[in-house]
Amino acid sequence: MASLAANHGHDVADDGHHHDHHELGFWQKYIFSTDHKVIGIQYGLTGLSFLFFGFMLMLVMRWQLAHPGEAVPVIGEMAARLHAFFALPQNAIPKEGFDGWFWLRALIGAFDTKGALAADGYNTYGAMHGTIMVFFGIVPVAFAAFGNYVVPLQIGAPDMCFPKINMASFWTFFISCVIMLFSFVIPGGAAKSGWTAYPPLSVIADMPAGGSLWWNGQTLWLIGMVFNITASLLGSVNFIATIIQLRAPGLTWMRLPFFTWAQFITAFLLLLAFPPLEAAGFMQLMDRVAGTSFFMPTGLMLVQNVEQTWTGGGHPLLWQHLFWFLAHPEVYVLILPALGMVAEIIANNTRKPLYGYKAMVIAIFVLAFLSFIVWAHHMFMTGMGTKVAAFFQVTTIMISVPSVILLTCLLLSLWGGAIRFTVPMLFAAAFLPMFGIGGLTGIPLAFNTTDLYLHDTYYIIAHFHYIVAPGTIFAIFAGVYYWFPKTTGRHMGHFLGHVHFWLSLIFINGVFFPMFLQGMAGVHRRWYDGGVTYDQLIGPVLHWNKFMSYSAFLLALAQLPFIFNFFWSMKKGRKTDDNPWEATTLEWDTPTPPPHGNFIKPIAVYRGPYEYSVPGAAKDFTPQSEPPVDQSQKPPGETAPLHPAIAPAH
Amino acid sequence: MADSHAPASLEHHAVGHDHSHDAEHVAKHVRGYIVIGIVLLVLTGVTVGLSYVDFGSHTRNVIIGMIVATFKAGLVAAIFMHLKGERATIWRVLFFTLIFVAGLFLLTLLHEVDPIPGTTYSKH
Amino acid sequence: MDIPYNVSARPDTGLYNAKLGIWLFLASEVMLFGGLFSAYIFLRMSSEPGYWPMGLLNVPVGTFNTFVLIASSVTVVLAWASLKMRRFTQYKVYMAITILCGLLFLGIKLFVEWPEKFHHFGVVVKKDAIAKYEPVLGNTILAELDKAPRYEISGYLLDAPKGSPYEHMAKEGAEHFRHKLHEKAGNGAAADAHHAEPIITTDDPADFVIQLDVANAESDTKEGVERASHAHFIPRPASLKTAVIKAEDVQSASPFVPRHSSYFSCYFLITGLHGLHVLAGVIVFIYFWLPIPGGANLYKTNPEHLANRVEVAGLFWHFVDLVWIFVFPIFYLL
Repeated sequence: MASLAANHGHDVADDGHHHDHHELGFWQKYIFSTDHKVIGIQYGLTGLSFLFFGFMLMLVMRWQLAHPGEAVPVIGEMAARLHAFFALPQNAIPKEGFDGWFWLRALIGAFDTKGALAADGYNTYGAMHGTIMVFFGIVPVAFAAFGNYVVPLQIGAPDMCFPKINMASFWTFFISCVIMLFSFVIPGGAAKSGWTAYPPLSVIADMPAGGSLWWNGQTLWLIGMVFNITASLLGSVNFIATIIQLRAPGLTWMRLPFFTWAQFITAFLLLLAFPPLEAAGFMQLMDRVAGTSFFMPTGLMLVQNVEQTWTGGGHPLLWQHLFWFLAHPEVYVLILPALGMVAEIIANNTRKPLYGYKAMVIAIFVLAFLSFIVWAHHMFMTGMGTKVAAFFQVTTIMISVPSVILLTCLLLSLWGGAIRFTVPMLFAAAFLPMFGIGGLTGIPLAFNTTDLYLHDTYYIIAHFHYIVAPGTIFAIFAGVYYWFPKTTGRHMGHFLGHVHFWLSLIFINGVFFPMFLQGMAGVHRRWYDGGVTYDQLIGPVLHWNKFMSYSAFLLALAQLPFIFNFFWSMKKGRKTDDNPWEATTLEWDTPTPPPHGNFIKPIAVYRGPYEYSVPGAAKDFTPQSEPPVDQSQKPPGETAPLHPAIAPAH
Repeated sequence: MADSHAPASLEHHAVGHDHSHDAEHVAKHVRGYIVIGIVLLVLTGVTVGLSYVDFGSHTRNVIIGMIVATFKAGLVAAIFMHLKGERATIWRVLFFTLIFVAGLFLLTLLHEVDPIPGTTYSKH
Repeated sequence: MDIPYNVSARPDTGLYNAKLGIWLFLASEVMLFGGLFSAYIFLRMSSEPGYWPMGLLNVPVGTFNTFVLIASSVTVVLAWASLKMRRFTQYKVYMAITILCGLLFLGIKLFVEWPEKFHHFGVVVKKDAIAKYEPVLGNTILAELDKAPRYEISGYLLDAPKGSPYEHMAKEGAEHFRHKLHEKAGNGAAADAHHAEPIITTDDPADFVIQLDVANAESDTKEGVERASHAHFIPRPASLKTAVIKAEDVQSASPFVPRHSSYFSCYFLITGLHGLHVLAGVIVFIYFWLPIPGGANLYKTNPEHLANRVEVAGLFWHFVDLVWIFVFPIFYLL
């Protein structure tokens, strides 16, 4: 395309204009496409599937927590029958090599002979739930899918800066998906050391005598993560370059829609925080396959009185530092795109400008900066020393300031607005209190002393799930409902949307709120039987397990209207025009759905992103691309002529 | 895309101008590149030489060696990578990157200040 | 479809797309190597005194490789300058030199430096047994000099415990050693070496026998220890002395491969990753040098575009050079 096709006989200065008006074949158009919209949809569908898959893993685990040791309905019963057939070990995923049925043996090995989730299976599902939800579900949907689809449209660009790298990013991500899924069916099953993969456990996990050095869960996890990280890097370079280089004339920085700002900052977080984890991933890979000891301490004894043969000298804390150096900014990678979407939707549905747009932009800058120096608050329990803890405790408290600014601005944006309660707005509005609960319950965790008690209890689980589940995932739903008309030209069903929203809101709180109670009572997050063994300790809160599990099952049912609505509306939904929400930002200036190259008319920006209900205006919204009444005025903010592809009409 | 031929003349002019300017500009620098290359080679020799000199303590040796290496790296970045006179956009990106790298280096080492009893060795 | 600013700069940022892109990528590379170097520092600072080997790398070869890489950095910037001045032949020459330098660097790494390590062997002696090996460790003298003690005896393996993975290595080492001895004795008949009696014998099949490095061999005098504690591996020659390390005194034993120590783990990881970067750079340069579309042929239609491409690849190359400028003193010298 642009870069390679330059050997036509044209002028030096024309950066290769193109004559690809010929029709692209099916493969180039839908599979190996360089169009940012197709790539966005590819990311979106893959990511949504993974979100669903990760949720299913958790449902199986929730059954085990509610009914420890009882056969899981349907799949567990099926597994129990096959167990007898294959004569598998009682409570572990078999590690024998590859033959015709290795994949089936690994799958049913996650269950025991009675059909209940086995201990190994529980660990596997837990580790993979975390990994999949964070790296294969939310980041691909919230950042890669919405970012790819919406950002170039919102800045008036014909595509991403590097369309081929964009495609490479998706396919690298796809390889990592295949590796992760494949790890479920290899002998020994997928990774079991938690999504954090802490050594020493992760270095020795799945390393049996006779087992394969490479074909085991944890090693594939590491390889998959290296691919995933590479995909993120390719994507984030592209996002930043696109936003800096391809803004339409007149679209100055303080006229960027907040969603684009959020994606911009998120891309920086991914760009700079992920590489140290990639480095750590290489190290752990070497620890596993080359016998090094980056993370294995000297004199470690796994079996009593038997010293391991590692050379030693490694440090488990090193992994934790490098891991959380990524994983804390990762939290903001999960939440910033969500905040961006919510901001767009709130401004649009309250029909008034965002309250404190500038303050919000500054706040996400500060948030991103601080997020790089708070990571060790995940490590208070390691006993790394009071001085270190004090430093990270202070920075962690500091980071709550920009978070509160963001939430407050969004809340104040509602004030005095003529709110339209569309389905996206319902999700966006619900995001605010849910994010609030998640955020405020984090404050006790920021303090060393209280964290020592709450760490690794269900309180933590509730805290971060409130941020990402009713937080980010609600924002993702809001985004899907909001931009669906632009993507398909049809609305999603209103009634089913309401059903989906209200049921989800009720049941998701049913899942997560009791976790606060359990956590404060001391229920540990990694108990395989949900705490039955520790009945005397936590008896009074044990009964919540059933309540939460059944809420989770009902939450799963509540997603059916969404799935149905999603596919049904593509074909049968109510048709829309180009700007159904009467929004101001540039993505609504394209035809619906946008063609390859996006804009059919030259685009220029004359005003800020949220000019709703401007006093004296004819309509209650003024699109960014609408020229001022005084036609002689040029798009401001430009000092030199811009490239013809995005230059305004002359 | 829409017609990209008509307004291209503006662009053309700008680029043509840029190019002639660039060529002169580059020609002036060629000798500089060679000189910097020689300086780097000499400094490599200096680094090796310095490593045979004991400045009193191991820490001091390391610091002196690192100062020379940083100076060399600075030359490569400033001259060969044209960071000297580079656009503000790039400087801003690198500025934050360096802050975060420094954070990664210093903060992970904080535990040396306040070690967990029994896990680290007495200082040499 | 047409992506703006692929070749010419956007007026308000002053950058063309790829230049911004490569700098962003380099920023992430800074974080990648930053993570690796911080791990190195972390491990080194928390290591027990005496367990962080230094001076095991070949300094002259490393220095030569540094020269090669710096020279290639100069030629790549000159190649770009030639394109800017529209001197195509000059460009081809400079680019060819750059490619050759890159290949030379990789060749030295792969065929000289690394194999040298794989043939070298070290045995770490248990703490409570170090007194037994005083003549080859020189710890009393080291203590007098106020230096960290030594626990490792290194050199070439001549005999390894039965059934250990190093038996083959020991066989090769012993043959080599015999050959050396014959040469030294002056009868020089290499063919006879095979028929000669094994020179080293130990009654316990679980012992290690090592042909000592000079550093170990000279540890019985103060001058020798001092020299060893300063000197780098100026291809550290093996002496003709040998040492037998009893099985019960061995804490760990390994050739100089990644699992040898945290030091070599870091060394192989960082130089390996750096080597992959060099390889990637060389491949890209070959692409820009060959007369193919998108490569050197681009000169005919759009020389500015080719110059930009070379500039961007050059920026990557300089970064690789820059990383090496730190790797070299950190691993080889300090």
